[in-house]
Amino acid sequence: MMLQLSGVHAHYGHIHALRGIDLSVQVGEVVTLIGANGAGKSTLLMSLFGQPRVSAGRIVFDNEDITRLPTHVIARRDISLVPEGRRIFPRMTVLENLQMGAVMADPDNLHVDLKRMYALFPILEERLEQRAGTLSGGEQQMLAIARALMARPKLLLLDEPSLGLAPLYIKKIFQTIRELNEDHGMTILLIEQNAHHALRAAHRGYVMQHGQITMTGTGRDLLASAEVRAAYLEGGHAAA
Amino acid sequence: MSPLVFANNAPTLAERCKDAAGIALIALLLGIPMIGLTTADQGGSLQVLTRWPLLGAFVAAAFCGRLALRYGLDMLKQRRQTRDREAAARPGKRGVRSIRILELTGWLAFGIALVLPILFSDNRYVVDTATTVLIYVMLGWGLNVVVGLAGLLDLGHAAFYAVGAYAYALLSTQFGWGFWTALPVAGLTAAVFGLALGWPSLRLRGDYLAIVTLGFGEIIRVVLTNWTDLSGGPNGISSIPRPTFFGLPFVPSSDTGTFASFFGLEFSPMHRIIFLYYVILLLSLLTNVLVKRLRRLPIGRAWEAMREDEIACKALGMNITNVKLSAFALGAMLGGVAGVFFAARQGFISPESFTFNESAIILAIVVLGGMGSQLGVVLASVVLVLLPELGRDFAEYRMLLFGAAMILIMVWRPGGILSHREPTLRHQPAGEQA
Repeated sequence: MMLQLSGVHAHYGHIHALRGIDLSVQVGEVVTLIGANGAGKSTLLMSLFGQPRVSAGRIVFDNEDITRLPTHVIARRDISLVPEGRRIFPRMTVLENLQMGAVMADPDNLHVDLKRMYALFPILEERLEQRAGTLSGGEQQMLAIARALMARPKLLLLDEPSLGLAPLYIKKIFQTIRELNEDHGMTILLIEQNAHHALRAAHRGYVMQHGQITMTGTGRDLLASAEVRAAYLEGGHAAA
Repeated sequence: MSPLVFANNAPTLAERCKDAAGIALIALLLGIPMIGLTTADQGGSLQVLTRWPLLGAFVAAAFCGRLALRYGLDMLKQRRQTRDREAAARPGKRGVRSIRILELTGWLAFGIALVLPILFSDNRYVVDTATTVLIYVMLGWGLNVVVGLAGLLDLGHAAFYAVGAYAYALLSTQFGWGFWTALPVAGLTAAVFGLALGWPSLRLRGDYLAIVTLGFGEIIRVVLTNWTDLSGGPNGISSIPRPTFFGLPFVPSSDTGTFASFFGLEFSPMHRIIFLYYVILLLSLLTNVLVKRLRRLPIGRAWEAMREDEIACKALGMNITNVKLSAFALGAMLGGVAGVFFAARQGFISPESFTFNESAIILAIVVLGGMGSQLGVVLASVVLVLLPELGRDFAEYRMLLFGAAMILIMVWRPGGILSHREPTLRHQPAGEQA
């Protein structure tokens, strides 16, 4: 088991954002979490890092209870987050951004890892000396993923990687997710609003509503489910 | 001109005239009572006279002035846009060339700084002013770590300057410590104060942090003003010992030998002035080397990354607490060292020297120089110290001139004099990996 959440509750002040989440990710899986705006998807991801701290429940990563560890200690485990909105370092160069991803890793691996990233995203090698802020949105997203991979994680967390991207880049991002999983054995937890793409790329999926998991199943089953189709795929507004 | 014309870039002549006519109309309305009508004493009674020609000239001047100003600003804007577009089209080349020029300017400035007191060895005013510039360079470099690199807006840097100055003043007058022994201790004291400021304000950013640092600066100053037993209150501390040349004082005569007698020179007060200049030059060069080195180390990159995006840094496993506190501590320490030098040079300090005005000038140096740029701080210090000095001839218009110059610089270069950020990591072509 790579990641296991059991009975996780979290609060933002008085708002009860997570209400008893049970979720697991097996080694080698791509798992997606879909849901509408404000369902608590991002909160769930951030609570893995203790921001906010969970008020009840347990989070186990790689056979270690990380529920109470400080944020930076959790982030130094073999777990990497591609934050929502990319959050690259705009005034630093692409190369510096990549290097920042490996800041906690063994410096001897730097050059090997950089080469791996160039192979995965050839465009980054062309832009190495450019300021990251001058990249296009899609290129920035690739940089954000590459930066996260520089730490050599076992589990990659992606928070809405397709947000605000052109269709061509969305395709490329999901292609990369598949490639990472199939060719490199990367375990991935993917948070998305783009349910169609996400469910197609994932082995299993969870549907989240109002801080709770309302449905779970294989990607294919969820894609076929009438409720999911109505709520997330056909632009319909199913009752909450 | 390229076939593509941006509509908003080039207003037509009619638009310009319309804009100027608007201004002329306002000038006319304001001008009728202020210029057009005047009173005169005629045979004991007050009469209203008209001055229509003068008013006409005023309105015409407003019209033409507005036309010229608008045209000039548009030209400037257009030129900047073309330049930006060109720079975006070919990022590499321009970067390399401008870095060369910057490096050259840096060495040139260093060369000038080195020979300046020799060239002006009989001109106390020049060397004194240069010393003041260097104090501000040092303060600017200290604050640059906090504001420029780590992106933490600090409006109370004068507090650390004060802590350093008072630490040296007390250590030397009360305990007889020498300049060089007190220097590191006072620097560390300031660093501790830096931590004391950093710790409670860890969660604050931007405007909120600015307010807290502003308050901190005032607290230090008010404590120094009122804690008379410790600091002498508003009277300050006087007869602070001057630094000696490896134990040789700069005085006309002494039992144990003086600088002049040891080297067989005739005593001159200039020796001390020049010596002080080289001391601050040495201190600032050490600061420069230190900060430059740190920028290339993980901690320096962490500062810059934190300035760019704090959340991303957390996700990458950085301990933001340590990164922030180290920036505050280092910035404060450098400010403290500058304070020690200031106290030793003046021989007298009082809370007057560490007001908010001082913090504002140091921050202005960092912002004007271009956040994070070391050379920019030097240029901005020269400008900010020399402008009021050169402006002495203009007497009461001095500060007006100073303000206008600052506005002009910010209009001309919104990112500061040197806004270029030099990457700390360069791509090395295959085969020559370090």
